[in-house]
Amino acid sequence: MGSGRLYVAVAAGGFRRYATYRAATAAGVFTNTVFGLILVYTYLALWDEKPHLGGYDQAQAVTYVWLGQAIFAALAIGGSGVESELMERIRTGDIAIDLYRPADLQLWWMAADLGRTLFQLLGRGVIPFAFGALLFKVALPHDPATWAAFIVSLLLATVVSFGIRYLVALLTFWFMDGTGMTHMTMLAGFFCSGMMLPLNVFPGTLGDVVRDLPWSSLLQKPADLLLGAADPWGTFAFQGAWAVALLAAGRLVQSVATRRVVVQGG
Amino acid sequence: MDDHVTEQVTEDVTEDVTEEVTGNRTDHHTDHFIELDRVEKVFDVRKKTGFMKRERREVRAVDSISFTVARGEMVGYIGPNGAGKSTTIKMLTGILTPSGGRLRVAGIDPSRERTRLAHRIGVVFGQRTTLWWDLPLIDSYRLMHRMYRIPEARYRENLDRCVELLELGDLLDVPVRQLSLGQRMRGDIAAALLHDPEVLYLDEPTIGLDVISKAKVRGFLRELNAERGTTVLLTTHDLQDIEQLCSRVMVIDHGRLMYDGPLTGLHEVGESERTLVVDLERELPPIEMAPARVVRVEGPRQWLAFPAAESAAALVARVAAEYPLVDLSVREPDIEAVIARMYAGEASGAAGQAVS
Repeated sequence: MGSGRLYVAVAAGGFRRYATYRAATAAGVFTNTVFGLILVYTYLALWDEKPHLGGYDQAQAVTYVWLGQAIFAALAIGGSGVESELMERIRTGDIAIDLYRPADLQLWWMAADLGRTLFQLLGRGVIPFAFGALLFKVALPHDPATWAAFIVSLLLATVVSFGIRYLVALLTFWFMDGTGMTHMTMLAGFFCSGMMLPLNVFPGTLGDVVRDLPWSSLLQKPADLLLGAADPWGTFAFQGAWAVALLAAGRLVQSVATRRVVVQGG
Repeated sequence: MDDHVTEQVTEDVTEDVTEEVTGNRTDHHTDHFIELDRVEKVFDVRKKTGFMKRERREVRAVDSISFTVARGEMVGYIGPNGAGKSTTIKMLTGILTPSGGRLRVAGIDPSRERTRLAHRIGVVFGQRTTLWWDLPLIDSYRLMHRMYRIPEARYRENLDRCVELLELGDLLDVPVRQLSLGQRMRGDIAAALLHDPEVLYLDEPTIGLDVISKAKVRGFLRELNAERGTTVLLTTHDLQDIEQLCSRVMVIDHGRLMYDGPLTGLHEVGESERTLVVDLERELPPIEMAPARVVRVEGPRQWLAFPAAESAAALVARVAAEYPLVDLSVREPDIEAVIARMYAGEASGAAGQAVS
């Protein structure tokens, strides 16, 4: 009850902290819009050659692109969420301050990341998506229930995304330099979430494996819901299972890390 | 809880803090707010010694330290870099677990009940900040309000008081990243006090501050201790912090407690000297004035070293009476010099009050 209000305050702080950087937000909106245009024309060329690739028609493929651009920053698919700050705090030893606070480390950072996600969804997601929907033929559902299911799926995607990045960030306790891990997370995020191409497109074992990895919760699953290509309950179960597993793993690693922690500096 | 350690020791020890500190000292006159009994912290350091080869080495950052701090005491905790000061503070907050020994703060084992203890302690790390970098100062205070579940009226009262005494009124709406170092430090101190902690740990609170900011911070801490009875444990490199704030000082080096007592005693043990720098009207032969001795002459300026325990006023008066004095200044010995002398003293068997 009382601690619930704390984490709401942390989330609100996360939202406002990102909201202070307006130039960065504007630049992000521009980048996502341009990148969306490039991808849309690439996809159109591809779907022209191979209609119904991955089970999508052209309008669905275009919608998929703009959805990806809209949630790319919010879900930190390529990284750069609160985990980069967490890594920096572990590296410099500022994490000591987070540790002596009467608050739970994982919940604290998850709340901060949720606040950031909400801001970036509104600040960076809405404009590219509206731009795409206005200029291209898209396939959006008319049924409010589908939209509601999509929102639930996005929320679960947010938790899965945080779960992955929190685990990676905690590894800084052992490796100290997070650059390599950041690059790997970015690559995995790009490819395995379906940011480059929908995962439905990939054939054989690779496709099967990549569709079962946690990253597919970030873009592929919510997109399939929005495009009417997936069953909501199955999607929720998949995302929910990964969310629980990742948060539990994060908790485990956190307790090991803080027990054997060598806080840097002094 | 297991109180098996020192409770049966009934030896009556006076409150005199210059008393020699032993591993089992138990003082029944005072309320031992902080208790350390042979506390150790050993780190395993792995060093690369070649391709795929690593050597493991033990570093004893804190090596069997024992002391107690009574409620309301203001204690300076000093030592050179890497002596183990911050490690001790981290163990006291519960974020590091001791490798051995017994540690209690307000009767609580910090590393076991870190969260419960957190409500009763305040921490300021001079080189780190607890404040939200991108947001106005007041947002960080609102967060503290929620985090420590401070009752509304109490929060208001404490905030108003800190804002007034630390002169934060104009800064509340300024993003923390735009604050100067001194302003940020005052902001951090306020943040650590909103929940009425019984003890405040300060790790280098005046590092990098200018003279005016230092004076403000010291004045505030003195008042906090006097009015609220807040126990303060202060690590610093600045002997003046100790001189102006603490009745008691503990010196740690290489993880061991070297001295525990008043600052004057430290000077005696360290046989430290202060330096009187005098500017005379003209070049003169070296001033002769025992117990001071001239250590350097440069034109009309002379440097006189004298025992730190001696009054500078008497010496100055005598110099002024016999020589054409234009200007003067007194320089305090630095901690490193005092500690270095302490070692020398200990080696020659004249350790005095120093504890080993």
